[in-house]
Amino acid sequence: MSESTKVGAAPAVFESKSAAAIDKAKAAGRKALIAYLPAGFPNKQASIDAAIAVARNGADIIEIGIPYSDPVMDGAVIQAATVEALANGFHVTDVFDIVAAITAETDAAVMVMTYWNPVMRLGVDEFARRLAEAGGAGLITPDLIPDEAAEWFAASDKYGLDRVFLVAPSSTPERVDMTVRATRGFVYAVSVMGVTGARSSVSSAAESVVAAAHAAGAERACVGLGVSQAKHVREIAAYADGVIVGTALVAALRDGGVEAVGALAKELSSGFDAPADAEATL
Amino acid sequence: MVDPATAFLQGGVPAGSAPEHSLRHAPGPYFGSYGGRWMPESLIAALDELEETFEKAKLDPDFLAEIADLNTNYSGRPSLLTEAKRFSEHAGGARIFLKREDLNHTGSHKINNVLGQALLAKRMGKTRIIAETGAGQHGVASATAAALLGLECVVYMGAEDCRRQALNVARMQLLGATVVPVTNGSQTLKDAINDALRDWVANVENTHYMLGTVSGAHPFPAMVRFFHEVIGQEARGQILDQVGRLPDAVCACIGGGSNAIGLFHGFLDDASVKMYGFEAGGDGVDTGRHAATITLGRPGVLHGARSYLMQDEDGQTIESHSISAGLDYPGVGPEHSYLHDIGRVTYEPITDTEAMDAFKLLCRTEGIIPAIESSHALAGALKVGHRLVADAEKPEDVVIIVNLSGRGDKDVETAADWFGMLDEDGHVKGTTLSTRNAKGHAHAAGAGSAGVDSADSNTKDSSHE
Repeated sequence: MSESTKVGAAPAVFESKSAAAIDKAKAAGRKALIAYLPAGFPNKQASIDAAIAVARNGADIIEIGIPYSDPVMDGAVIQAATVEALANGFHVTDVFDIVAAITAETDAAVMVMTYWNPVMRLGVDEFARRLAEAGGAGLITPDLIPDEAAEWFAASDKYGLDRVFLVAPSSTPERVDMTVRATRGFVYAVSVMGVTGARSSVSSAAESVVAAAHAAGAERACVGLGVSQAKHVREIAAYADGVIVGTALVAALRDGGVEAVGALAKELSSGFDAPADAEATL
Repeated sequence: MVDPATAFLQGGVPAGSAPEHSLRHAPGPYFGSYGGRWMPESLIAALDELEETFEKAKLDPDFLAEIADLNTNYSGRPSLLTEAKRFSEHAGGARIFLKREDLNHTGSHKINNVLGQALLAKRMGKTRIIAETGAGQHGVASATAAALLGLECVVYMGAEDCRRQALNVARMQLLGATVVPVTNGSQTLKDAINDALRDWVANVENTHYMLGTVSGAHPFPAMVRFFHEVIGQEARGQILDQVGRLPDAVCACIGGGSNAIGLFHGFLDDASVKMYGFEAGGDGVDTGRHAATITLGRPGVLHGARSYLMQDEDGQTIESHSISAGLDYPGVGPEHSYLHDIGRVTYEPITDTEAMDAFKLLCRTEGIIPAIESSHALAGALKVGHRLVADAEKPEDVVIIVNLSGRGDKDVETAADWFGMLDEDGHVKGTTLSTRNAKGHAHAAGAGSAGVDSADSNTKDSSHE
């Protein structure tokens, strides 16, 4: 299908907020910490409070996930959290309030992670306009590949939003190349063939995926899936431009509330500066 | 020149006579604006591998010969085309012919697809297949193909469906498959698909996902259809033999839509043949409890394809409802969405009650117990028959083919419950078993005497749901 793909030469007349956040971390001598939290979990206000706490404890980019009925890339912890958010009355347009509230209180770039159907349902242009108005940086799209993203290219260019696509260990060099060209902000390097969830170690495939993305011209590649400990952060920081943590934070929020999730963010970000022999296992 | 695929399918269309804008054999990935690949990047390489393997195989005489041999000597193809003379009396006198997919090995059309996909899995060097199932029919067919070809098989099935369809769980296990009860989300077919996809992402190296219908990401819709096109090709030849002309209409039930697309493809380019797809209307399309995806849904993406979809204002998938587990799915294959939009196929809902009335009618008039899925097509055919007869000179001038996609053995308990044949313990009323197990329990008046004979007065028993 790639023949039909139109990857627009993005006119970068605006600043990519997520790229700026990653570069700022780099300038400070470390890598970016990207923290995922589901919108509306355990409720709307608590999800805002949790994101602010995480941003104040070292996260450079906040990734707010939209709860969706059929999250095929998510493991049990995030599924359970998003099911709860939906049961507690979350609506998709709440995400714009949440993004606005976080950007008002913190310097973090705020990305939205969403499966594609909720965006289509609202309307791609309408969704992009409201996200930009709320101060959002852009979208991370786990089930939208550049091949199908013509409408999103147009809307993200129109409203100056980042578009983060995923690159996987299974991606061919041709697809890595195409995806890197389609991406704005950073490339999401999937560390492992699987779904979200904490793992005891981070797959060695991650380093190859990042290398492939860099070789294809990606200026920023961040690693996600399975990252849950400060030692993982330290490992990944050696070769990637950013580290994405989700499940571990969601579990901390679930078990210990806003305070616990803030403490974990602080702990994780210590992975950027801790000496290599300090095993900050959580 | 006839390509090998066409030759294999032995279509009735003489070479070179196909219209310029043929609707048949549409290759995907897009059917109009539907279809495509709305999938995680992690799975794209596997979809590419599958597409490449399939495209090569369908032009490979050895592969086609293998399929043809299995169809003939294992599944029992060609399936019969049976004129349903007594049933036809209830369709205004139109002549109704049943395409007997119920007579295939494992009891439904599903075997056509699983044998083809299992052969492809072997060609790709995969040693493990995974599948989703609702009531268990596709799961049983998958376990069958896996046993036949020596593949490991894991079937994902909603936990609630496992409980309700315990016998099908046992059938799969007897065939050597592992059944994984799915407790995520709504614990239904769509969640079984979600879990199968999660398994596939993690195990794609050695695993083929044997999707059971014409939905999903490319190449699934075009590939699953290819393996079912034999239905329409046979039916076309058989009706020409038996009646000497093409039918006025063809009818099929639609869940994901695999049996329907297989039948329709035999006639898509014959403008004189009207086509009807019957969706599950459940309790009624105005009740919110139905699976009438095309009738009431709107385009969206689910499980890899853009198609009509039952969704709320937030784009969240809505739970479907149908007495028929095989039609109880909130999506539909993308090619059906296209055929709906261009007006080639008419899609209409059939309620649970209408389907069960047709179920019983076929039992009593033809001595055939149909699957409840197929009963939706039968109920629709009765309506279509009356409509077409009204415009015909003589009723018997109207010829309709109905895809009898499966047999009803699996549905006996559901049907017995619907028709009020069970006592409080779920035993058949009036049997020794019922009496013995009823000991110590209070019983409704008439228990023990109400058997099959009372079913006539109970066809609209609403106690089912």
